[in-house]
Amino acid sequence: MSKKLKEFITGLQPTLRELKFSLYRLKRSPLSIMGFSIIGFFVVIALLAPMLAPTPLGDDPNMMPKDGFLQWPLPPSNVPMRISTYGGKYFQQQFAHPFGTTKSQYDIFYGCIWGTRNAFRVGIWVTFTSLAIGLVIGIFAGYYGGVIDELMMRFTDIILAFPGLILAMAMVAVLYPAVSRADAVLLALVLVGWPGYTRVIRGEVLRVKTEDYVEAAKAVGCSDLRTIFKHVIPNSIYPILIIASLDIGSVVLTVAALSFLNLGPPEGFADWGQLIAFSRNFIIASPQDPYKYWYTYIIPGIFIFTFVLGWNLLGDALRDILDPTLRRK
Amino acid sequence: MGLRTYIIRRLLFIIPTILGVCLLIFAVVQILPVERRVMLFIEDVKMIGAKQQIIEIYGLNQPAYVQFVKWMGELLRGNLGWSEVANSAVLPAILDRVPATAEIVIFCAPIIILVGITLGTISAVHRDRPLDHATRTLSIMGTSLPSFWIGIVLLAVFYGGLGWFPPFRFGNEVLLYITSPGTPWRRYTGLMTVDALLNGQLWIFLDSLRHLVLPVVVLTLIQTALIVRVMRSSMLESLGKGYITAAMAKGLTQKEVINKHARRNALIPVVTISGLLIAGMLTGLIITETVFDFPGIGSFAAQAAIRLDIAAVLGYALLSAIVFVVANLIVDVMYAYIDPRIRLG
Repeated sequence: MSKKLKEFITGLQPTLRELKFSLYRLKRSPLSIMGFSIIGFFVVIALLAPMLAPTPLGDDPNMMPKDGFLQWPLPPSNVPMRISTYGGKYFQQQFAHPFGTTKSQYDIFYGCIWGTRNAFRVGIWVTFTSLAIGLVIGIFAGYYGGVIDELMMRFTDIILAFPGLILAMAMVAVLYPAVSRADAVLLALVLVGWPGYTRVIRGEVLRVKTEDYVEAAKAVGCSDLRTIFKHVIPNSIYPILIIASLDIGSVVLTVAALSFLNLGPPEGFADWGQLIAFSRNFIIASPQDPYKYWYTYIIPGIFIFTFVLGWNLLGDALRDILDPTLRRK
Repeated sequence: MGLRTYIIRRLLFIIPTILGVCLLIFAVVQILPVERRVMLFIEDVKMIGAKQQIIEIYGLNQPAYVQFVKWMGELLRGNLGWSEVANSAVLPAILDRVPATAEIVIFCAPIIILVGITLGTISAVHRDRPLDHATRTLSIMGTSLPSFWIGIVLLAVFYGGLGWFPPFRFGNEVLLYITSPGTPWRRYTGLMTVDALLNGQLWIFLDSLRHLVLPVVVLTLIQTALIVRVMRSSMLESLGKGYITAAMAKGLTQKEVINKHARRNALIPVVTISGLLIAGMLTGLIITETVFDFPGIGSFAAQAAIRLDIAAVLGYALLSAIVFVVANLIVDVMYAYIDPRIRLG
């Protein structure tokens, strides 16, 4: 028993050394530290959302509360006000608007905080669904090859011929009454997302499957499934993990852009893109004070920008850490 | 393989892809009820009242393959259907708006390429030094910027605050001038800046430039980062090659080595991503034109999508896919021309 344990620990040594080296690389690069801290910060915001911006009683937490019916924005203030909800129901709870209100008195603070949750949800859902589909098809196509491989690659050619945003717009227009706009956007992004992963993973599998250790695994009689899970996947997954982390940011950016074009969730949904779409009405205030409504566009914009920046920095850091061809230089 | 054989082979390769693109769009359309699908076949006002007949004529209630063949026939005739937003047939509606978009792209593309190549070179030459870090940080920030947001901020400052660069394609006076009968305005190319100069109207030229500044700036900010990244990594690779050491050993100055030996070879990968750049432009234009109310194909597509004008949206998707596929073909051919290893290998 103790011998087995010892073997296990010695077997772990290289992995630990790798991890130590990775952490060392991570600590040396200020940009990657920044990336990790930004995403960590947003994770905290998303987790603490119910405490940071409590939902008015009985409301859908994803809908921004409304405070009255005034059309133009009100500046940030800490004076508590009574809040009415998007449904027009009144509550006696007291709320302040630390970031001010935007069109139709939607609370910007609430929208930004709960928007973080929705950004994570959308980004991670789209990326991981595409990744999962891409992984299965890519491994299958790469490992077995043949006609199916050829067909799959031609199919990805077709999908990749469409710029993502444009195909998403078309899907929204076609699916709209049957599927809600927000869901149509997610489906479309998965549709345009998976071929990229499929391509990369297929290429990796093609490379890995001729390696000696895969031959050896086959020679000792491993089943295809065991060879794939134990030998092929662990050796071919890193590139797509890097792409995935870069993709979460760009998915969030695309969804926000669609939402800005009015092709996203319904009005009032806590969503950064929508807050910016609202602010389009307020970029010209008055000749005396042209930047009167700055908070309606600056604040949500900073949220989107830092969120996407965080994922991009993280992706860059992961590439430096995980990609063996780059890192020891 | 000679260059000609290579081109012919690549041309043959794109036919199935384009056919597949059509098939995919056709499959998507099948989700729609007949009454909405019929919009894809209508080509003039008179036909709108006769939807029932069109359903009969084009066999919209017949099996899918019959419909597909008939639809492909219409596509080849240039009939993409009827756009409710433009209140005209889709193809002329899109072609009508191409010059406005082309004007942005014509001003944008050279700036993007020049700035991208310059910054990428600087970054690679100064690898891991402050200048490199600064450029990399800038390019990461560029890819993270939401174009619609930066557009709004720029509008707030340069239009709302300073009043320098207004949205839309031309000012009121220009619009009045070119639309009122009797004024000696002739439309030569559809590009406002070029037409203004050909008509000898300097004030219209300046007005058009004023309206182009913000869209061009936004698109440049968003798109340059890609070129910078690719240029940096290919330049780094090129700088590590033996012929660079040889050139250095020969006693050439650093400037000569970088400009004549390293950069020329490093440019090749940049050519290959110009296809991606075109896709990025087609996407970026939708948002940029919408933010600045610029009446080009991008803002048209956005309006069409919002108003569920399926013929226009699908027509735009189809055309942009074809543009993208053809652009990639041209890129491949250029690549093969520059680098013989590709076509010989």
